[in-house]
Amino acid sequence: MRSEQQYIDLYETQRDLICRHSVPVLNDARAAAFAAFSRQGFPTQKVERYKYTDVAAAFAPDYGVNLARVNIPVNPREIFTCDVPNLSTQTAYIVNDSPAFEPTPFACSFAQAAKDCPHILEQYYNRLAATSDDAIAALNTMLAQDGLLVYVPRQQRMERPLQIVNILRSGVPTMVNRRVLIVLEEGADATLLCCDHAMDNVDFLTTQVVEIFCGANARLDMYELEETHTLCRRFSNVYIHADRNANVSHNSITLYNGQTRNTTDVHLQGEYAEVTLNGCVVADKNQRVDNNTLIDHAVGHCTSHELYKYVVDDTAVGAFAGKILVRPDAQKTASTETNANLCASPDARVYTQPMLEIYADDVKCSHGSTVGVLDEASLFYMRQRGIDEAEARMLLKFAFIGQVIDEIRLQPLRDRLHHLVEKRFRGELNKCTGCALCK
Amino acid sequence: MSYQDPNSISQPLTNNADASTAKPSNDFVRRVAEEKYKFGFTTDVQTEIIDKGLNEDVVRLISAKKGEPDWLLEFRLQAFRYWQTQSQPSWGHLRMPDIDYQAISYYADPTRRKDGPKSTDEIDPELMKTFDKLGIPLEERLALSGTAVDAVMDSVSVKTTFKERLAEKNIIFCSISEAVKEYPDLVRQYLGSVVPYRDNYFAALNSAVFSDGSFVYIPKNTRCPMELSTYFRINARNTGQFERTLIVCDAGSYVSYLEGCTAPMRDENQLHAAIVEIVVMDDAEVKYSTVQNWYPGDAEGRGGVLNLVTKRGHLRGANSKLSWTQVETGSAITWKYPSCVLSGDNSQAEFYSVAVTNNYQQADTGTKMIHLGRNTRSTIISKGISAGHSENSYRGLVRIGHHADGARNYSSCDSLLLGDRCGAHTFPYMDVHNNTATVEHEATTSKISEDQLLYCNQRGISTEEAVGLIVNGYAKDVINKLPMEFAVEAQKLLSVSLEGTVG
Repeated sequence: MRSEQQYIDLYETQRDLICRHSVPVLNDARAAAFAAFSRQGFPTQKVERYKYTDVAAAFAPDYGVNLARVNIPVNPREIFTCDVPNLSTQTAYIVNDSPAFEPTPFACSFAQAAKDCPHILEQYYNRLAATSDDAIAALNTMLAQDGLLVYVPRQQRMERPLQIVNILRSGVPTMVNRRVLIVLEEGADATLLCCDHAMDNVDFLTTQVVEIFCGANARLDMYELEETHTLCRRFSNVYIHADRNANVSHNSITLYNGQTRNTTDVHLQGEYAEVTLNGCVVADKNQRVDNNTLIDHAVGHCTSHELYKYVVDDTAVGAFAGKILVRPDAQKTASTETNANLCASPDARVYTQPMLEIYADDVKCSHGSTVGVLDEASLFYMRQRGIDEAEARMLLKFAFIGQVIDEIRLQPLRDRLHHLVEKRFRGELNKCTGCALCK
Repeated sequence: MSYQDPNSISQPLTNNADASTAKPSNDFVRRVAEEKYKFGFTTDVQTEIIDKGLNEDVVRLISAKKGEPDWLLEFRLQAFRYWQTQSQPSWGHLRMPDIDYQAISYYADPTRRKDGPKSTDEIDPELMKTFDKLGIPLEERLALSGTAVDAVMDSVSVKTTFKERLAEKNIIFCSISEAVKEYPDLVRQYLGSVVPYRDNYFAALNSAVFSDGSFVYIPKNTRCPMELSTYFRINARNTGQFERTLIVCDAGSYVSYLEGCTAPMRDENQLHAAIVEIVVMDDAEVKYSTVQNWYPGDAEGRGGVLNLVTKRGHLRGANSKLSWTQVETGSAITWKYPSCVLSGDNSQAEFYSVAVTNNYQQADTGTKMIHLGRNTRSTIISKGISAGHSENSYRGLVRIGHHADGARNYSSCDSLLLGDRCGAHTFPYMDVHNNTATVEHEATTSKISEDQLLYCNQRGISTEEAVGLIVNGYAKDVINKLPMEFAVEAQKLLSVSLEGTVG
């Protein structure tokens, strides 16, 4: 049986149940998404954007889906204290795919938003995902029943960063369809920290669609940190729409995972918009990480920067494919794309594919990509000074990844991530004190 | 040898190119932008053409006309049967016109002699005039140029020069049809060993219907005393060209091989699906240089050659070396990736390319470097130049195999955009399966810098000359790798193809 058939059957047989436990805006989008998914099926590895990920294999097992919205017995406040020292945040919890927190001034569940501000959901929900022509986004739209809305009105500023804690909790293999909608109106300013954790040592399959609308002169800093385990499969699609003079920074950090596929599509639709995509990956054992990005310069005078760094060890596989598309009218575009990889073991694999597709002449675009080993001269220098080889190698890897961490604008978060990455390289899982998630 | 009339730049205007890329006030720019294709004439030679269409009978007919042995016929039939099971690939960054494979004649013989001409006197005078027009020195002046030439028109090798002198060193340089008869063991051993017929759709097609081409064998420890050259020309209407080149360079030997090509101007597309196979043994070195100037179609994008070629070299021996150098200015569509499989330890491969597209030309070209042996090294230098409404893509693969310890690759691909309606794209792929390998890739895309132009203008150099200077400087890394005779031609071709497009 084709892998997608079980999802088609699931939707056809449980459509009423899905809709009953959801809100009208989400239900309205399901039929078109179902048609798109049925038509496309899962992308094969012959599809250019999914060349390095076997999607059908990841979706083939029989996962449970909580369509009846049975309450998951988790009190996140009691078990989770993974906060960032010296950084005051407001926290929103999502247990599997259900928001589990009291509404804050800027964040609420879709269920709440459908009552308080349905026009925002109607205006923005699925606008970017529907046009992406992506089967996984369609599957998510088909099955998602709730989600998180972050809405920052015009000229308002989030005083404290919003930390979104995604918790995977289940006793049986489970599929989670998480949905996040972030709307920053003109001149708004927000900082979001998102982290993924898995409480139970069972198979999890997560599909996540994040749609981000950044209005004119708005500014968004977003950090996504994945610290799950080797049984977790994550398919995350982030769609970013940036208007005139908007400034978006999206940082994706994968420290511990099973199989991860991050798709990030950025559409620069207003002049002088600027986007920065940073990513760092530390992978070992049999982990797989596939980051796929598209930056679409639709208008002129926009700027984009992209920096992804990987350290791949044991039998892990790291893949990066990034395309910069400069459309015919996007003159005066400036764009840089860099991907650097350290391949630390004979059985590790690295695939990299930095692409430029350019239809305007007055542009400055460049990309660079490297796959290599640690610099022997630097190692020798450190060993001369009494640092043993293992420590020297660790320091060099740390410095290599540090370039991405240093791009983080929030000092406390930067310090925290330096700490986590160092622990990661030292082979210590990311344990913090007093936190049930990290036991 | 000459592929381009040096006076061609000053020829009168007859055709209107893309006006949007040229300033009306700039005569020079307009003149060169409207430059016509210089080799668009046809030759009125009597040509034997078989009926259009492709089926097993046609494959058998081609084989029979060439008097081929059974094993080669069987090879063709296997390829044809495989081709029938495949469909034309569509993954290139190209808008391919539909190709009706049944509307093409797969064999055209302008010599009308079963065994080809025995001497220059036997060749149709019109044919000789053609090669004179093209500047191919088939006559005694070869002695001055010092280049051995195999000229292939439509489906048949017309003449191979200097065979006797090469024979003194036991070097074999002849048409592949002749090689099949004279050296069947050698051909059988190597044909299809680098590009098997199952390699891709067009390789299967070529393997089924290839008509002629060149065969080169350099025996052990022999340095080929002269450049070897093949000149390809499509002449007859509604025919395709499916030549096959096989070069075997045995241990400790060296050869430099040049390839040039032109075609008449026709409104319909002409198909060119060739295969080049190169085998390089221990300590041997092959330089393969191409100046590709097939008819690119008119300024409106009508006609032109569809250049769908599979080129691959296999560096089988330790310390072997293969260098591809190509200047691509012609063809409506160019879709090819001259590749290297580096099996031998310490082998080295190089790829130097300048690809120029103008008007509605499209190119999706690059290379593949497959590192299998230890301490293998490869260098890729690609320069793409786009003008008019053209699309120019670099697509390259660097794969480091699991056992390729210490492998090293450096790739640099730069694109220059001349005009705001063209496209320049870069699609590099790097697959690394070894932790001791070092792979580096960098690419830039930009237009000609205003600062550089201003600098030249300040010093009394006109904008047009400055553009020429800058572009030639831009392509210099590649042009310098060409043999002297080709470097001169390549520079002229570049100047014709490029300079007029900067407004």
